Amino acid sequence: MSFQEVVFFAFSAILVLSATMVITVRNPVRAALFLVLAFFSAACLWVLLEAEFLGIVLVLVYVGAVMVLFLFVVMMLDVNLVRLREGFGEYLPIGGIVAALLLLEMVIILSAGHFDLEGATIPPPKPAEYSNTRELGGVLYTFYVYPFEIAAVILLVAIVAAISLTLRKRKNTKYQNPAQQVRVRREDRVRLVKMAPERKRGRPS
Amino acid sequence: MIPLSYFLVLGAILFALSVVGIFLNRKNVVILLMAIELMLLAVNMNFIAFSRYLGDISGQVFVFFILTVAAAESAIGLAILIGLFRTRQTINVDDLDSLKG
Repeated sequence: MSFQEVVFFAFSAILVLSATMVITVRNPVRAALFLVLAFFSAACLWVLLEAEFLGIVLVLVYVGAVMVLFLFVVMMLDVNLVRLREGFGEYLPIGGIVAALLLLEMVIILSAGHFDLEGATIPPPKPAEYSNTRELGGVLYTFYVYPFEIAAVILLVAIVAAISLTLRKRKNTKYQNPAQQVRVRREDRVRLVKMAPERKRGRPS
Repeated sequence: MIPLSYFLVLGAILFALSVVGIFLNRKNVVILLMAIELMLLAVNMNFIAFSRYLGDISGQVFVFFILTVAAAESAIGLAILIGLFRTRQTINVDDLDSLKG
């Protein structure tokens, strides 16, 4: 077995095992940490596939930001773990059957010969000066610049949505509300009261 | 040398695992979100394997955008979860039933 195959099988084994632990472990914090391990192994496999930029982006952005966000939220929530595991064993047989069928169907298609060493030949490895980042940048800012800008807008929408969903206003801040100020009517502010005039005692009216 | 089918089978295994995860953890919203991340990881693995073996960089560009959208979606999903937890103090899917009927 060549060194590449050893590396591939080692990282794939870690990936599959940690993915299994994500879905079976009782504590959500441990599940999030196993998901971090799964993403690290996937990043190593992507570097093996000569997609170095995306492997690094997976670790920096996905693990470093998204999974850290997951861990923040999971550690903040005080969950009652007993009730959450109801139905775990009940649905395991049917879930296992569905997943096994799914896997069987995909493996049947994949072993048809079109994806083997004869069908999809292994391209020669890239030369040493090859920069995956440069090639990706060269195509991202020319042919795919419109989807790139749309991706930026999607991220902006995510920021605005996440903040507006979770922002809590401080109760004792004072601020002006121009719409309310403009909506004021004279009847709400001024009340005319008819009163008899005040007179001091002994003085003529 | 590693044939393409090895990577595709790996993607299939990850996808099947995430489907099982959704079946098993039907009550825990956080684990459901994590199973969705696993599903996206399986799809990304397929894209990058094909991008390498067909020599086309478009697969990696698509993975770039999938990562962007997945990050945005998990941020918003977790914000919704936090807002839900503030009012209900539970992340059990069965307790989120105030819209029924």
